[in-house]
Amino acid sequence: MAAAEDASRPFAGLSDVSISEDIPVEGDISVPLGSSRRDDEFSTLDEPVKETILRDLRAVGNKFIHVLYPKRSSSLLRDWDLWGPLLLCVTLALLLQGGAADSDDQGGPQFAEVFVIVWFGSIIITLNSKLLGGTISFFQSLCVLGYCIMPLTVAMAVCRVVLLSGSGTVSFAVRLAVVTASFGWSTFASTAFLADSQPPNRKALVVYPVFLFYFVIGWMILTFSP
Amino acid sequence: MSAGSGSRNTNTEPWGSFEDNLIQGGGSAVIDMENMDDTSGSSFEDMGEMHQRMKEEEEVAAEAAAAEDDGNDDGEFLGMKGLKGQLGRQVADEVWQAGKRQASKAFNLYANIDILRPYFDVEPVQVRSRLIESLVPIRMINFPQKIAGELYGPLMLVFTLVAILLHGMKTSGTVIREGTLMGTAIGTCFGYWLGVSSFIYFLAYLVNAQITMLQTLSLLGYGLFGHCVVLLVTYNIHFHFLFYVLWLLIGGLSTLRMVAALLSRTVGQTPRLLLCGALSLLHMLFLLYLHFAYHKIVEGLLDSLEGPNMAPMQRVARDVPDLTFNATVKSMVVLLRAR
Repeated sequence: MAAAEDASRPFAGLSDVSISEDIPVEGDISVPLGSSRRDDEFSTLDEPVKETILRDLRAVGNKFIHVLYPKRSSSLLRDWDLWGPLLLCVTLALLLQGGAADSDDQGGPQFAEVFVIVWFGSIIITLNSKLLGGTISFFQSLCVLGYCIMPLTVAMAVCRVVLLSGSGTVSFAVRLAVVTASFGWSTFASTAFLADSQPPNRKALVVYPVFLFYFVIGWMILTFSP
Repeated sequence: MSAGSGSRNTNTEPWGSFEDNLIQGGGSAVIDMENMDDTSGSSFEDMGEMHQRMKEEEEVAAEAAAAEDDGNDDGEFLGMKGLKGQLGRQVADEVWQAGKRQASKAFNLYANIDILRPYFDVEPVQVRSRLIESLVPIRMINFPQKIAGELYGPLMLVFTLVAILLHGMKTSGTVIREGTLMGTAIGTCFGYWLGVSSFIYFLAYLVNAQITMLQTLSLLGYGLFGHCVVLLVTYNIHFHFLFYVLWLLIGGLSTLRMVAALLSRTVGQTPRLLLCGALSLLHMLFLLYLHFAYHKIVEGLLDSLEGPNMAPMQRVARDVPDLTFNATVKSMVVLLRAR
């Protein structure tokens, strides 16, 4: 008995731990061999390139449709991507090129200026909405603002077509109507997405810089003359 | 049951023995809990048995580890390769954590926009009331007037002023290269707001006025509301007489408001004169500059950039404000001479 007591001293504390017999303790504890874990993950490295590109294009196209019919959905926010904004910005900058004069070296700065205005404007609006207590993340906001430039890009294309037929008062009126409509559409679409992430009494404070941003872009489009 | 014979007895128990479970799975270091059930705290002899079994298990494991040439990949035992693999992973993990900690500390220190968060804590009602108050001078100058310390309103007003300037370019019929003019507009407005605020703060610091940098930024920012209103009206209605009236009226009101706020925070005649004189001069001259000279500067920019490529028609359209100004001046000169 004495030997047993000496031997059991390291386990003295264990004598308090006891599992009552009416709770069944059963199961199989075994350490799994971890080598099969890597193979179970979904790996996109092996799929054909066409599939990768198509998946991204489908996501971008899906977001374009969401901008065309803006309803309060969070899918634009959840999976943000900046492909769409980049595409739209490049298209807009290319369409705005070639204004004022024919010389080649004027094309360069205009492209860069449009780029700078769009991206820095978006960054400032995002910072503003974050400072006002918004719950949206930085890139989500950039994504929304970039995608909502789409109506204005469409308006730019329309204006270019209208300008082919001359630049009189009628064409100016038409262009004004188109640009105003698309500006309103852009602002409405972006507020439909951004407004939910703000505290309810501060929506106007966030909407106003968005309004100004699209106003400046709309102004650039309206005053374009080939 | 004595301690010695207990070991033999457990071998024959129906729930299995310790020895089977300990030795059979070479890579498993887990003791099957099923078998602990009956012995947990029930008798000292069984505790002793458990202790004995564990010691034996360790010896067996040590032998197994020594016998193995290739250690397990998971490094469960202290085989040599297992040790390096595990140690290497731990070191890499530590380095990653330390790097991440340092990077996030640096980021939080320098790129923390939360520093500005309290200055944007406003309600739309507050912004609206402050905009209206910026045109209403308060006569109390014996007690420091309250100046709101926020940056949202001033920032939005500066951007609005930029937008109005660009709109002005459009209505005056200029053919433009959007980029450069936008850069000039942004540079002018932000330069005025930040530069003149800093200058006034510097003067206030010299004459020991009770005003902070944030308050000068806020004060001057809200003062731009008057400028926005005047420019918006006069870019659409091209009457110079109207501009002069609005310049004196609205410009004067907003200047008086700012001056009263400064007066209430400065002591002494000369400091007051210096500070308020400088502010009113700069404020009124800026509006004048925006209406007249900004067009001229813009034209000069265009001339230097486009040179002989400009078609004559475009020059005429741009000079309209200039023409009316010159016409006004000429008519005034004629009138004076007639007397």
